[in-house]
Formats: sequence, structure tokens, C-alpha cells
Amino acid sequence: MRKPNTWLAMVCSIFFSLPLWAQPTFPENGVADPRHGHYAFTNATIVKDAVTTLTNATLVIKDGKIVAVGSNLKVPAGAVEVDCKGKFLYPSFIDIYADYGTPAAQRTTGGGFGGFTPGQQAQLSTNTKGAYGWNQAIKSDVDAYKVFVVDDAKAKPLRDAGFGTVLAHVKDGIARGTGTVVTLANEKENLVMLKERASAHYSFSKGTSTQSYPGSMMGMIALLRQTYLDAQWYKQRPAAEGINLSLQSWNDNQGLPQIFEANDKWNNLRADRIGDEFGVQYIIKGGQNEYQRIKEMKTTNATFILPLNFPQAQDVEDPNEARFVALTDMKHWELAPTNVAAFEKAGIPFCLTTADLRDVRSFWSSLRKAMEYGLSETKAMEALTKTPATLLGVYDKVGSLDAGKLANFVITNGPIFNEKTAILFNYVQGIKYTVKEENLIPGTYNLAINTPSGTESYTLDVKSSSSATMFAKDTLNAKFTQDGKMIKLNYAPLTRRMRPQGATDGQRPPMGSGGFGRGGTTDQTLPANAARLSGVNNGKEWNGTGIDSLGNSLTWTATLVKETEMKTDSAKKKDMPAIGKVVYPFMPFGWEDGQQPKQENILIKNATVWTNEKEGVLQNADVLIKNGKIAAVGKNLSDASARVIDGTGKHVTPGIIDEHSHIAAASINEGGQSVTSEVRITDNLNPDDVNIYRQLSGGVTTSHILHGSANVIGGQTQLIKLRWGANDDDLKFKGWPGQIKFALGENVKRSSSAISNASNNNRYPDTRMGVEQVLIDAFTRAKDYQKAWKEYNDAKEKLIKEKKSTASLVAPRRDLELDALVEILEKKRFITCHSYVQSEINGAMKVAEQMGYTVNTFTHILEGYKVADKMKKHGSFASTFSDWWAYKMEVEDAIPYNAAIMQKVGLTVAINSDDAEMARRLNQEAAKIVKYGGVTEEEALKMVTLNPAIMLHVDDKVGSLKVSKDGDVVLWSDHPLSIYAKSLYTIVDGTVYFDRQKDEAMQKQVDDERLRLVRKMNGEKRSGAPVIPAQPTYQIMHTCSDHGHSHGLLVIDSDDINND
Amino acid sequence: MRKIFLIMTTCFTLAATAQETVLPAKPQKGIIYIKNATIHVGNGKVIENGTIKIKDGKIEEVGASLPVPADDVSVYDVKGKHVYPGLILPTSSLGLVEISANRATTDVREIGDLNPNVRAIVAYNTDSRVINTLRSNGILLANVIPQGSLLTGSSSVVQLDAWNWEDAAYKTDAGIHLNLPSLMARSGGFRGGGFGAGPSASQTDPVKEGLEQIEKVKVFFREAKAYQAEGKHEETNLKFEAVKGLFEKKQKLYVNANTVKQILVALDFVKEFGVDMVIVGGSDSYQVADLLKKHNVSVILQQPHSLPTATDDDVDQPYKTAAALQKAGVLFSISDDDSQTRGRNLPFNAGTAAAYGLTKEEALAAITLNAAKIMGVADKTGSIEAGKDANIVVSDGDILDMRTSNVTDAFIQGRKIDLTDKHKLLNERFEQKYEIKGKKGF
Repeated sequence: MRKPNTWLAMVCSIFFSLPLWAQPTFPENGVADPRHGHYAFTNATIVKDAVTTLTNATLVIKDGKIVAVGSNLKVPAGAVEVDCKGKFLYPSFIDIYADYGTPAAQRTTGGGFGGFTPGQQAQLSTNTKGAYGWNQAIKSDVDAYKVFVVDDAKAKPLRDAGFGTVLAHVKDGIARGTGTVVTLANEKENLVMLKERASAHYSFSKGTSTQSYPGSMMGMIALLRQTYLDAQWYKQRPAAEGINLSLQSWNDNQGLPQIFEANDKWNNLRADRIGDEFGVQYIIKGGQNEYQRIKEMKTTNATFILPLNFPQAQDVEDPNEARFVALTDMKHWELAPTNVAAFEKAGIPFCLTTADLRDVRSFWSSLRKAMEYGLSETKAMEALTKTPATLLGVYDKVGSLDAGKLANFVITNGPIFNEKTAILFNYVQGIKYTVKEENLIPGTYNLAINTPSGTESYTLDVKSSSSATMFAKDTLNAKFTQDGKMIKLNYAPLTRRMRPQGATDGQRPPMGSGGFGRGGTTDQTLPANAARLSGVNNGKEWNGTGIDSLGNSLTWTATLVKETEMKTDSAKKKDMPAIGKVVYPFMPFGWEDGQQPKQENILIKNATVWTNEKEGVLQNADVLIKNGKIAAVGKNLSDASARVIDGTGKHVTPGIIDEHSHIAAASINEGGQSVTSEVRITDNLNPDDVNIYRQLSGGVTTSHILHGSANVIGGQTQLIKLRWGANDDDLKFKGWPGQIKFALGENVKRSSSAISNASNNNRYPDTRMGVEQVLIDAFTRAKDYQKAWKEYNDAKEKLIKEKKSTASLVAPRRDLELDALVEILEKKRFITCHSYVQSEINGAMKVAEQMGYTVNTFTHILEGYKVADKMKKHGSFASTFSDWWAYKMEVEDAIPYNAAIMQKVGLTVAINSDDAEMARRLNQEAAKIVKYGGVTEEEALKMVTLNPAIMLHVDDKVGSLKVSKDGDVVLWSDHPLSIYAKSLYTIVDGTVYFDRQKDEAMQKQVDDERLRLVRKMNGEKRSGAPVIPAQPTYQIMHTCSDHGHSHGLLVIDSDDINND
Repeated sequence: MRKIFLIMTTCFTLAATAQETVLPAKPQKGIIYIKNATIHVGNGKVIENGTIKIKDGKIEEVGASLPVPADDVSVYDVKGKHVYPGLILPTSSLGLVEISANRATTDVREIGDLNPNVRAIVAYNTDSRVINTLRSNGILLANVIPQGSLLTGSSSVVQLDAWNWEDAAYKTDAGIHLNLPSLMARSGGFRGGGFGAGPSASQTDPVKEGLEQIEKVKVFFREAKAYQAEGKHEETNLKFEAVKGLFEKKQKLYVNANTVKQILVALDFVKEFGVDMVIVGGSDSYQVADLLKKHNVSVILQQPHSLPTATDDDVDQPYKTAAALQKAGVLFSISDDDSQTRGRNLPFNAGTAAAYGLTKEEALAAITLNAAKIMGVADKTGSIEAGKDANIVVSDGDILDMRTSNVTDAFIQGRKIDLTDKHKLLNERFEQKYEIKGKKGF
């Protein structure tokens, strides 16, 4: 049984808030009132840190700090003793990512996705005034401590949730400057700041920057990488740069803990890779979906900051609305609460934050949900105290209850993580903040009312501050409330014997059955002549006055007779709810752990085999794949280790290779500038693209993911294999020399950026004349750069040889943009160039010849047939569409005979998709070259297999059925160039990633899982939980910015969205 | 007997370098025969070794054992080839849009959202370079449709060998077109790639908003109907006049709708106004196929070569939708409104439907007879049957499969049309330049 009497007395004794000790430099208006806030909290259960709990212990604080903590401590002289029997003390929490104390960034509209919005002008330079860097999104000069202001309206909900200390920073920009550690005391800023410069911050969000660049994920990554290089270079104080405050502060901030807000599983990896490149280990602010790739999270070696904003259930009662809510969203709703526990299970260190919560007040319900889904109390406590304090280097000040640290602690009425426990007080720097008044003692009171006609005795059963039962012989109709210290009690005159609703005849209502004061019903039945008592809670005795039903004045006293015995805390750990499994990728048709297809030895027997080698097409032949490679092609093969697939009546071809694709990437176009060779598709691959699976169903095994055509020199491309379920790194085609996208013509001169036929474009170039000059200029700069580095390296080598110091040598500035162009000049990187009309094709080749490089591939190349001879002479490959035309001016002369003419002139020709839908039918697109141009069927098939392999410089690995090449094979139901042909098996590296029979079963699984989750959400709704309206799942699809697509209702072309 | 051996239309005069030299054919007079054909009638039947007798532009007789007289008639021996009804492109911006990215060349979308009086036929440009590329793949008729919001105007069926739009008009103003609002919450944010996610909170209810728009159309129809019921009008309302045929079932209401909600809401127009309705788009129509059948609503599947609507859908759903409609007995047709290929892949969209559940003849019907039925021209075309216009295509092989489809000859109203197109001419020009004519490759 709990004895709160002394506790209550204590509460009354420090009822008012103490002022913090005076700040010496500030003049005092009045009489000095020096105090020390000297208190001893005794008889408490003190949880010093996540793993140390003292029972019946004492905490002594003075001058805002902890003086002593321990068992058997004496209350020092001069300290006020606070009896905390039955109470628990914990270190106040630390929120390392709170939204507190700094101005909110005003989001801008426009700017354009991909930095390339038709009809909008580009902002090519920064709007920030001053001696800062070139990019408006690099705000490394912002110091939160300079703009920090105490904001009690925001502090209060954080304190109420148990937080005492936060890290505040200005959440604006890609580089965001420094954060400052402050307490949540409502005091002068000077006194609450624990560490002025505690952290440096970064993100993948431009925030308020209106500058066009960067307009993409890969652009942001490139900007960060270049800034690291520039900052390093700036240390030499290069005269040409002058003063650059952005780079200066960037360098100044490097010694601090580096925190990167990435918010998503793949973005976390992207951020971590930037860190790895520059020797920085970021602390990563994650999102809610890391559980979907927890192994990868572990490889970052980062400590994570995790929010608790779990998705809300949707109202999916209506099947026609549910239809457009993707399984992925529903699964995520179910599994997101497991996110934190997944980190714990994987042994990845993490902090918790209130960031991203719709309302800080939902922190505890979210935290408890995370615990329900597996987060342990110990880890939760650590994540809210020690871990963030240690990361920020303030564990000597906050994060545990130890002598010398700040007196930041909470007092609770039970173990803090128990469902029924409440935080009563939060002390910040020794200042008490009341969270929940608890000065009402529930129990039985004797109520003595002194009326003119004598004393009437009643019994009052007090349950809570709004509920009590009053009775004498019978129950009275009464209404009880306590507000703060003030008590009110109204009751109907005895004679009326009004009964409360729900009471059985002649009996008073059982305890806890509702009783009085609940709802409005009793109110309504209280008569106008009800007696009205008012008084003050003086502890276990209450005193007051009142007016009885006859209008007589009276006094009264209520005395506690028996305290309600609190039930021992029965808050059991809730059972973990039944949940579905994580699948890889986290998409429909994803594989459960352990179910992923594995590499097998496969023998396809008795099929028509299209070798793409000099053997040609073999009838009734076999193909053996072993250890991921083609092991044999021929007749009557056998292998005991192989799974045999009957190919009778079917056709085997090499896997289809798409030279031009935009699937599986988080961004495609960086159009913020005309030359962006520094950006790389590989930095932002997205394995969670259902189009990978869909294209496997069309026999595609390798795709070349290209930058879009927003600018003359676009970004570096990435070749991937369609290993459905792999992570971003494992999607990559290993051992591939890189390529880069160039573009010419209408898109790069922003022809669509026109209002009433007048150009609205302000980004150079605006004509094909300008395009040539951009190319010449870029390669001229690249050559100068190449030369500068060669001279530097030669000089360095010479000095080293002469054993002289190289200190005097100044290295040229590393320029990622020019690095990529130098790679082209050195034939380490190859160009694929978006092109349409003969003039620009010719022009691009002439520039290349002048500057000493080759245009490896002309892609699109719809007028290639007009200059095929010149292309052959130049040494280009051609990758084109079969029959596209007449969707814009520069394709007015496109013809379906193009591929055939180029092929007959002697070019190596590929047919590509540039379209997630058509990629599923590339075999049919190849068939059209037979139809229109009369090439042989074998040559046509090569246009989607061997020929793209050649232009991608991987024909030693893929593209034909040749022994020792990769086991990338398709078994077709029919002639591969026929519209009736379907892929039965699509095999990558000897692994069956698409199996048409299995696909049917998987579709069934998808449907079943959808049904289960829809029912679960509907159950949520029926149980009264809040649900939001069904949200159709739209998928952003990235394209070339070049033409339309038939991608369906729920697809949004990334070109059509603004960045707001 | 004058025998005409069909020689590929790739015999161009060398001087021909532009489409301007391709002349519309003169009216066909007298009798011609097409014999030794595998005739795909269009109604599901196939006649092996069949003969077609054409007289003055009309099909007079079709059969397996038609005698071919030794008189002075033209006889086309198409032994080994396949003969089809002229394919019909049921939704198209042909002749209205030359190059979509160039505003000056597009005449397809009028200002305003109640434009029933706007007529596609008057803007149809018979000299569009796109037209002849469709003929080369066997498409001989097209339904030309205005676009826009809500009531976009009236469509007309055109035949693709004409001097001007009056010549081209095959059936005029027979469709009134309605574009329904999406009735779906818009996307409120970015998904994937870490740009944050989630709906924007301040959206108004998209269904209510959409239904209000639709109500506007209903109000228009109600008033139009009342207007037509009164004998004399104080003033003439051109918009009301334009939809008169709807209530008399001389026009059909084409409703662009894809989701179940849209389709079900569209049924209101059948129930309240008794119109003949065609759903255009219909990507989710397979989910309500029985209801469509029950209400006699037909469907034009706009683009089978499309990605599935939802990530969770059957990977091949758009390919399979036609078979689902067929099974339910819904009258449907298949279209190809791909903006990059401009409709030329119509037969292959049908071929894909055949790969995923239709029979080849059913797939053919979806781009011939059924399309003609939907467009109200089945009395004149859509199948190779006596009494109909001789709109006929000859192909080397299966026209639905790009592997075998090679249109060698085509007749519109019996007129043997010139299958030259801009692309063939440019091909010819550069084959000359490189001296690669007839080369199969290297």
C-alpha cells in the first residue's frame, strides 16, 4: 500500500516555481533573492541510467546540478527534503532531432523536379547575399546557437513527454550548419545552452533554396561530394576563390558529430556512402522503413536517430478505394512499428526522436507501440538518454543521474514504461515543471457538513478528480470535481433521494462502475436547489464552505478515512501482435527471407536455341547453365547436378538487354545546369521498383539506366542486372566500364519551355548552335584540367624522385564534373548520346573528332539513317526505337526503317525501350525490324541482346549463348520474335528470377496478403481506432523528359511534378 | 481475264520523294475478284481458299467456291496470303494532331468543358503524314475524337483515302465524348527516393468534387432533353442541338472512364437518359464485365500495351483484360492511342490480347467488326460480307503478329489504295544513297 501523505505535503511546500540563480552580468531590478534550489528527493526508486536502479535512494540537487545520488544518503543541511516514497526518478530524455528553438524553414514552391520544369525559368545562381558559396542549399554557415530562442510553447509538450535536453538546428538546406544543445528550461537563452556548437547537419532536401541545382537526388549527392573536395581545397586559401564563408564554416564544422537526415532506407545508404568516401561517419537520421533492409543498415556502422511516426491505418472498407492502396503501403502500416525493435535485434545503436511525429503528445503512445512490437525497456531508455548524450559529447552533463550532472530528471508514479504510469514532474536544470498534478488522494472521506440545524455526516468515495460517490444511508445525486487545489461538490437535497443512473435499486453503485460526475446525465438531474459546496484540498483533510438547498450558509470538513488501495501494477507486457513478413524487395512479388531464388545448375533440353554465335540457331538443342555461367550449348547434354527443364517446342535466347532505360532509380534528370557529368545514376538506384519484376516477365535481364535528356552533358549511367530482390549495390552489373549520357536537340534547348511560341528558356543553350559550343567548352575545360593535373603530378613525381619536399606544390582543384570528362578523353568512360536529327548527330561527331573522343553510342538516333555512313566512319554504335515518330518536331523524319538501314550500312544497332512498358516487349520491337527493314530474324534478335552488349562493352559477359558467358537466359513459349511468345523462365546468373508458373502462385500470395491486411485495417476501424481516408498509392516514374508513356492511372511522370 | 499479280507496293517511281505524290484512288467501277485467299471474315469465321467478288465498291459475294468468270474482270490472286477486313482504329487524334509537341499543329482540344457542338470532322486533315503510315499496317478507318474536359465534342469515323474531310467522312458526328473526372484522391507527395510521402491534408473530397462536375453534365443533358421536347425555341441553343441524336440513339455517348467508380457513375447516363454508351479506356472494366454486359455498355480498351494500373496487379493484366470482357460477353474493341507510334500498332495490341486469352479471330473482331458495331458502321464495314463496302486488307501472314504481318494490298470501298507512305519514301531515298536495296543485312 502506498502512503502518499508525506509526498503530498512536499508537493505543497514547493508549489511555486523557483527562479533560476541570477545571471551576474544582468542588472537586477529590485532586491536580490539568491537561492540555490537545494533539494533532496528521498525514498525514491532512482533509475540512474538504463542499467542501474537504486531503490529507496536519495537524489540531492543544488544550483541546478545533481550534488549526490545514492542509498543511505543523509539529507544535507539547507536542503528541502522531498519524500518520494513510491515514486521513480529517471534522467530526463534527450531529443537529438527535436523541432525546437530555431525558425522553421519556409518551403518554397517551384524550382522544378529535376531542376527542369517546362514553362519555368531556371534560377542558375544563388539568391543568398554575402561572401558565401555558389549554391544556395549549402548553408554550412548557419549556427543554430546564434538564432536559438527559448520557445516555451514548444518546450512544454517536450517536457511533458519527459524530455529535458534537445539538440536544436535549423532544418533548412542540404548542408545546414551546426546544431546546439539546449535544455528545455523556460529561462534566458544564456542559461539553457549546454553546448553552442554540438553537431553539423546535412540532408537530402534543398529546403528553401530556390536555385535550380541540384534538382535531383543524384545532384544533391554530387553537390555534397564536390563540396567536400572544395572545402579541402579551400584550406590552401586559393586566391582565385577569395573568401568563401560557406567553405570556411564547412571546414570549421568537420570536427563536430556529423548528422545526416536521410529519412529512408536507401537514402541512409546513399548518405553513408558519401561519408565513407570522405572519411566521415555520419549519425543517420532515419525514417520508418529501415526494417525492410536491416542488414544493409548494419553495414553503415552508423548510429541512427529514429522517429516514431508510424503510418496511420487507412479506411479501406470500400473495395474500390482499397484497390488503389498498394500492398506495400499496407504492409508498411503493419510493420513500421517493428522498425526500432529491428535495430535493437540487429545490434545497431540508435537514438529516438520526437521528430516527424504529427504531434509531440503522441510520443508515448508511439513509443509504447514500438515496445509492444519488440523494443526493450533498456534499449528505449538508452536511446533516450545515454546514446544521444554520448553522441553529442554531453554525457558529462546529461543522460544519467550522477553527481555533477544537470538536475534533469523526471518523477513518475511508477516504472516509466508501464502503460498506467504517469510523469508527474520534469525537473530541468533543477527547476520543477509540473506535468501532472497528483495531489488528490483517492479514498474514503468522512464529510461533516455543519448546517444551522446541526452536523450532517456523509461518506465520500473519491475515485478521481472528477468522480466521487456521495452517500449517507442512500446514494445521493452529487457532482464532484477537483481543479488544482479547489474542490467543488454539488448534491441534491437528501429528501429527493435521486438515484444515479445505472444504480440498482437500493444499492449504491459498485466502485468503479461509473458513479457520479461521469458524463452529463447526473448534471441534468441535479435540481436547481442543489447544495453547493466549495473548499480547498489541504491534503488529507479538506475544508470549505457552502450553501445548502434551503439557502443556508454552512461550513464543512472532509477527512480521509481510508486510502484506496492501488492495485499492484498489472501492466503486463502486451503480446507482440501477429504480423506479416518482410519481403525483398518490399514490394508485391517480393521474396520472403529464405525464399529468394538461388543460383541453380539448369539444363534446358531439346529447344530451339538462338546462340547469337556463329553456330546460329540450333534445333533440338540443349543449354547447360552451371555456377551462374553458360557451361555448354549443344545436343544431348547431360549433367547430374542440373535441374532439367523441357524445352520441346520452345525457344532459348540470351537475356534481353535494354540499352536505354529509366527504371529502378530515385532520380533520373539533373537539369539544374547544362553540364552535370558529376552526377551518377549509381548513387541513387532504387531496387524497390516493380518494373524490375515486370520486365523480367518480358525476358529482360540487363538494363542500362540512363540519366535523362535535360541537358547537354547529363549524368553517369549505371548498368544493372534485374536481380529482383537484391539491394542497390547488388543490382549493379559488375565489371562494367562506365558510361555517361549526353543529349542534343529539343530537350536540352528546352523547347517545351515556351509560352505562346516564345522561348521562356534562360539556360544556355537555346539553339543547336549553342549545344555545339557547350560541348566544345566542356571538353576544352576538361583538357586544360587534364593538363593541369598532369603537370602537377609530373612535378610531384619529379620532386619525390629527387627526394625533395612537395609542400610547395599546389594541387589543382578536383572537379567531379571534369573528372568524368577526362575519363571520356582517356577512354575509360563511354558516351551514349540522345540525338535525333542529322545536323546535330553530325555536329556531335565533329566536336568529338576535334576534341579527341568518340561518341560511343547514339541513342534514339532517329535520323541515324541519314548519316549512317558518317557514324560508321566515326565508330559509333546506334541504339534506337523501332517505330516511334511524330511526337515532336525533331522526330518528324523518324522512320521504322532506320534500324535496318543503319544495320545494312554496317553499324551495330540496338533497339531500346526508354519506356517501362515497352521494355517488356523488346523482342517484339526487334521483330519489327524484320517487318520494316527486312533484316534477318537472327540479326533482329541481336538488336536486343548481343548488339547492346557490344555497345555497353560487356559482350564478353552477356549477349550470346557462349560457354563461360553469364547464365542470362530466357526460355520462350514460342518464336522469340512473335507476339505470341511469352517468357516462361527468365534466368539471370543461373538464378530463375521469373518463372511464369510461380508468378501465378505469387499473384495469389499478393492477393491473399492484400485481403489479410485490408481486413486488419477494417478491424482497426471497427475497433474505433482513428483511420485516415484511403490514399491511392501513386508511383513516381522517371523518364527521359522526352515523350509520353502508357504507364497507367497511378503513375506520375516525375516531369509533371513540381518540387513543392 | 486480266490477271494482276500482286507485286509489293514498294514499287515506287523513283521520282517519288514525298507523300504529295500519293493520290487517293478513283472510285472503283465494275467487278474485281480476290481469289485463293485465307479470308478472315471479321466475325470469327475463316474461309480457306476463298474468293471475294467486289462490284462498284461493294462486296457482292464471298465464299470458298465462288466461280471466277473468264470475262473482262480484274482478278487478284493472293495465294498463300491472308485477307482481312480493313482494320478500324476506334479512338484517335489522327488528322487533328500532327506533332503533339507543336501547338500550331494540334487541333484537338477546345476551350471550355461543355463542347458537344465541337466537331472533329471539320479539323480532320486528310494530308496528315500519319495517315498513310496507318494504312501500311492495314488500318483503313479511324474514329477521330476531340479531347478535353467533360463534354469534348463529337467524333466522326473517317476512311483513310480521301482528298478532303468531306470525302473522308464515313459516319459523321456519331459519337459525343465525355471525359470523366478521376474520382480519386490526388497524389499529395512524393513516394520513394526519400522525398517524403503522404497525402496532402487539405484535399477536398475528390469523389464529391468529381460528382459535382458530372452533375453539371447531367443538368446539361436534362435541359437538352427538355429543349428537344419543346416544339419551338425562343432562341437556338447550339449545344443542345448537338446532342439531339443521343436521345434518339442516333449518336452514342463515349465516356472516358477507367476505374470501377468512374464506370459505375457513368451508368447513370444509361439509366437516366437511356443513351447508348461506350466506355473508353476501361482499364478496370474487367472487374465489372457482367454489369457492363447487363446494361449493354460496350468498351473500347484504349491501350492494351500498357503497364498494370496498380503495383499489385497481375503483371499481364492489361494484356488479359480483353479476354475477360470476351468471356463476359461484353461488346468491346481494342484501340492503340500510343502517342509515339500514332496508332500503327493497332493489330499488335490485338495480337497481344490473342496471346493472353482471346482467339485470333476474336482479337481480329476487336479491331474490325466489333469496332464497327460500336461505331455504328457495321452495316457498311467491319467484316468481309456481302453488301458491305469492300474495305479489305491483304497480308503476307497473320496480321496480328509483327513477325508475319506485312500488308501488301489494301482496298477502301473497292478502290485499291496506294500503300506508299512517308516512311517508305524516306527508306527508298536512303536505300538509294547507300545502295543497299534488298540487302538482308551484313
